[in-house]
Amino acid sequence: MPDTPADRVAAATPVRVARKIKGLSDRAIAWIFVAPTIFLLLAINIFPLIWTINLSFTNFKANSPNREIKNVGLRNYERILTDSDIWLNMQATAHFLFWTIFFQVLIGFTLAYLINKKFKGNDLWTTIIVLPMMLSPAVVGNFWKFLYQPQIGLFNYIVAFFTGKEPSSFEMLGSVDLAPWSIVIVDTWMWTPFVMLICLAGLRSIPDYIYEAAEVDRASKLRQFFTITIPMVLPFLMLAVLFRGIENFKMFDLVVQLTGGGPGSTTELTSINLKREAFEKWRTGYASAYAIILFVTVFGLASIYVKALNKVKER
Amino acid sequence: MSSFSVTEPSKRSKWFAGTMVVIYALVTMVPLAWIMLTGFKSPADAISYPPKVVFEPTLEGYVNLFTTRTRQTQEFLDANPPQTWYEEIVREYDMVIAGPSKFGERFLNSVIIGFGSTFLSIFLGTLAAYAFSRFKIPLADDLLFFILSTRMMPPIAVAIPIFLMYRQLGLSDTHLGMILLYTAVNISLAVWLLKGFIDEIPREYEEAALIDGYTRFQAFYKVVLPQAATGIASTAIFCLIFAWNEYAFAVLLTSGTAQTAPPFIPTIIGVGGLDWPAVAAGATIFLLPVMIFTILLRKHLLRGITFGAVRK
Repeated sequence: MPDTPADRVAAATPVRVARKIKGLSDRAIAWIFVAPTIFLLLAINIFPLIWTINLSFTNFKANSPNREIKNVGLRNYERILTDSDIWLNMQATAHFLFWTIFFQVLIGFTLAYLINKKFKGNDLWTTIIVLPMMLSPAVVGNFWKFLYQPQIGLFNYIVAFFTGKEPSSFEMLGSVDLAPWSIVIVDTWMWTPFVMLICLAGLRSIPDYIYEAAEVDRASKLRQFFTITIPMVLPFLMLAVLFRGIENFKMFDLVVQLTGGGPGSTTELTSINLKREAFEKWRTGYASAYAIILFVTVFGLASIYVKALNKVKER
Repeated sequence: MSSFSVTEPSKRSKWFAGTMVVIYALVTMVPLAWIMLTGFKSPADAISYPPKVVFEPTLEGYVNLFTTRTRQTQEFLDANPPQTWYEEIVREYDMVIAGPSKFGERFLNSVIIGFGSTFLSIFLGTLAAYAFSRFKIPLADDLLFFILSTRMMPPIAVAIPIFLMYRQLGLSDTHLGMILLYTAVNISLAVWLLKGFIDEIPREYEEAALIDGYTRFQAFYKVVLPQAATGIASTAIFCLIFAWNEYAFAVLLTSGTAQTAPPFIPTIIGVGGLDWPAVAAGATIFLLPVMIFTILLRKHLLRGITFGAVRK
């Protein structure tokens, strides 16, 4: 071992000092501090996940535990992937995801852009805009059901007031065409603030000197917007889309309270359908396979997306 | 920043931006304001058409929320005059108060489970975050990613085995079971946010304490913890808001003893369908703490949300 002055200094650093002091070594403390978290996650996330995988190959029913459990191989998976109703639920979910993210990004970014103009009192108004995302989706969904009532609801009254239609002529929750949109509206109301906040963080991370340099180069405001603002905010925007995508893919509470999947199965998103299979029809094995398919889908899409996101960040 | 900076928006664009944002904020407020108004309406006013903005306020919804009532004969009503203002309200419908409703209990469950799981997530999360921030842990990045990835799991995907597991262990429909579950969901957020906050505290403080003869533990709770207090508080608010609002696990895993308010509020039934003023009263009482938190702690909350995004 070379014994340079630098080594001697390193040897005297407090980490070493700490080790000499009575008590546990740093390594032991590190493990004691991290272990409970890891243990809890293994017990309540990973172990159940492995159990789900196991169940997905069986015909187990949780409401009749005495029935003989048979290994059915991949039959559950086969049945789900060839079930046309489930494909309809997947399509409904995809539509829901597309439109909620579309509106939330559009409105959220616009709001962030406006708030970033630093007008007087923007702090107060930002807080008011943020309120809906802090509330309970189930309670909010339940109350929006009241707002959507065709005869007595405020929503129908206001829309009727501006369009001149009869308020009872459009049932937001009762009609096959409108029910999916009723969810999109509430979800957008609730979660646009989230996208807005992340975009705001992005906008505030752009240093002023870039714009000043562009100004010296006499780039137009529009040009600055498209060559500086958009590319610099894009990673943040993509991150917001990732979070919203994952959250909305497992969206459950809001929809259960608003439409409960109906009318018919027009708003039966995959998570609602899954709940029905698992906790109403009690087809536990089948539902487990369904859950695994959904999980793999989210994880797969998210990984591909994160790769794309990292590419954007590198630029 | 100089007042001549080219990045400073013009007065006109500020005015335009301000107007647009205020309009959006006011529109956003309408549903919330409507919930609160409806809580003070009589059932007839709540379902009148056109919707009433001006009405005679009553506490009927709140009385209905907190009590159960039974119909009584005229003789009984005449023989027993109402004792309190809330008995008078139900008396108008020829009813008497039979007892408390389950709302109080459910609300208390929300408080116990919310605060219990928040405390546990913060306790475990702070320890883990400190370890990740200060010590060399093998595969630290992988572990951190593993912790984060548990948040991607749809609740229903793990709900089935958790349901079976809890039934075996006797944890289903118990406060402890729900506290552990919400802690497991919240801990990823807690570790990530807290690690960010602890990373910002200079190491020199603890090193000085160690040289002064403190042990690691002492340095941790006498030096680092007080420094991280603000970060811990804002992380705690996030955990509390999540546990307070959670619905999917609550509806699947609880049925009585440990049921929180979100699955309960939508089921408040009155005479002939949902009692909307009572539902609105319940929603108001339930949403109000979070709204007050958000307004009081807006700086920390807004920072917390964007913090995670900026870090990665």
